[in-house]
Amino acid sequence: MSNSTENAPAAHSAGAAEESRPSLSALLLDPSFWADWASVVGLVGLVIIFGIAQPVFLSVANLQALLLASAILVVLSIGQTFVVATSGIDLSLAAAVMLGAIILGLVNAAGYGIVLACVLALLATSAVGFLNGLIITVGKIPDFVVTLGTLSAITGLGLILSGGEPTMVGSTFLLKLASGSFGPFGYPVWVAIAAVVAAHVVLYHTRFGVHLLATGGQAESAGALGIRTGRVKIAAYTISGFCAGIAAILLVARIGSAEPLINTSLLLNSVAAVVLGGVSLFGGRASILGPAIGALMLTALVNGLTLLSVSAFYQPLAVGAIVVLAALIMRYQK
Amino acid sequence: MSVVLPFPASDAIIACQGMSKHFGGVRAFTDVAFQARRGEVTAVIGDNGAGKSTLIRCLVGVHVPDTGSIVFDGREQPFSNPDGARKAGIETVHQNLALIDELTVAQNLFLNREIVRRIGPFAFLDRKAMKREARSMLSRLSINVPSINQRVRRLSGGQRQAISICRAVGSGAKLVVMDEPTAALGVQETANVEALIRRLREQSVSVILVSHNFDQVRRLSDQIWVMRAGKMAATVRAAETSGNELVALVTGAA
Repeated sequence: MSNSTENAPAAHSAGAAEESRPSLSALLLDPSFWADWASVVGLVGLVIIFGIAQPVFLSVANLQALLLASAILVVLSIGQTFVVATSGIDLSLAAAVMLGAIILGLVNAAGYGIVLACVLALLATSAVGFLNGLIITVGKIPDFVVTLGTLSAITGLGLILSGGEPTMVGSTFLLKLASGSFGPFGYPVWVAIAAVVAAHVVLYHTRFGVHLLATGGQAESAGALGIRTGRVKIAAYTISGFCAGIAAILLVARIGSAEPLINTSLLLNSVAAVVLGGVSLFGGRASILGPAIGALMLTALVNGLTLLSVSAFYQPLAVGAIVVLAALIMRYQK
Repeated sequence: MSVVLPFPASDAIIACQGMSKHFGGVRAFTDVAFQARRGEVTAVIGDNGAGKSTLIRCLVGVHVPDTGSIVFDGREQPFSNPDGARKAGIETVHQNLALIDELTVAQNLFLNREIVRRIGPFAFLDRKAMKREARSMLSRLSINVPSINQRVRRLSGGQRQAISICRAVGSGAKLVVMDEPTAALGVQETANVEALIRRLREQSVSVILVSHNFDQVRRLSDQIWVMRAGKMAATVRAAETSGNELVALVTGAA
């Protein structure tokens, strides 16, 4: 559109020229399309490659195991997405999972019942997120520094609380959660699906979702329009902490004990899934399906490499290469 | 030329008197009286540092004045924050702080006053209603954009300014404040935004316009207020003044 015609007083109605979609071929030649759908394209590509190289990969049992294995990462990626959408980053995410697991284990071991243990674990990780958000907004300290600090602090707290020892959690509730299934999927997969649906609705169908993207896009402008950007950021970190709590419950259910070890690959993979999912690290644009599929893709990569008997030592290398590649493609996002 | 007017004039949408604002030892302005008539375009001009931006920021609640009273829409109510001013009916079109690049035209038009549908305790965005309303808001002011679903990032400066103004007017504001609305625009885009301001004037929207451009002010406004060195130096009807007189008032040669 040339400058001379825009805003012309004798203009037609505003919506006249819209709703004309580009053709499929134009879409496929547009780098922006590939950037937006990197995680889907990557997942489909991996499924095809692994399916050809090792047909067991496509067996129903393996696909179910793959989905089960991805549930924790999917939930964490959703939490990370909310924070990254505000142009922040939550480095304490995996440490919060560890803290949640330890609190769950200790409360359960003290004989308080598994429901209370799960609730307290969720409260503790949400509190960690809330604290992150509070320090970042009130103290006006960069997200990176604050969450790096909490990463270390709550790792230490976890070690102090647990004495460095793992706690066995022998709960039938958690055992059922980990091994039971409804329809084609295990319960953890349903938990992940529920989290995806809830997060999608929050991001796209509530005022909070729009305000979140506005805060991440241009915090100052959003503030000038009366959006309380500090509160939005705190809420995003609290959601991230809550997701860490859900992940902690799924993790304890899966391994049957609460370990005072941080799974660093969970943190790196949560950021990787977000990047693969087309979420801008500069904030302001996000989706939920993208990171969820990104998490699925990273799990599929590890699963496929394992089936092909590739040494586990090669897996971080492959994940790293794919993430950097995805970030390069993102540059073409419009 | 001293400014002696009844305070507040019966047809004033906003009026202030005896207003001062200091930042530490720096005087932004002292003992200023100002008013804008309902349904008119009122311009505030002055040299850099004359205090006009600070005056406007006090009127819209960004700063709280040290002394003086503000009467807006018949009620005495200095605002302690921009949100309070917005709720009372003052919308500001900021120079740079205007739109969120990553959101669409429709999302920007309804930012922080989204239309929601309530289902039980939850409120969900009514995106269809917002898009429909956005189209009618834009067409009422004859603003042309390629699509209301387009991200604002890809629009030109003039289109962006038009959308900011549309948002301010469309909120049902009683007073729209524009701080240098064409400062960053090219010739053609400036003409488009001026045409838009003229349409607002035809529709009797009350506007306060801050500008450096004397010709523009004479073209667009009904009443012109001139600030000089932290004081209100003069006020004139736009139709009864000349560019030379304005220059003289701004520089203090008069």
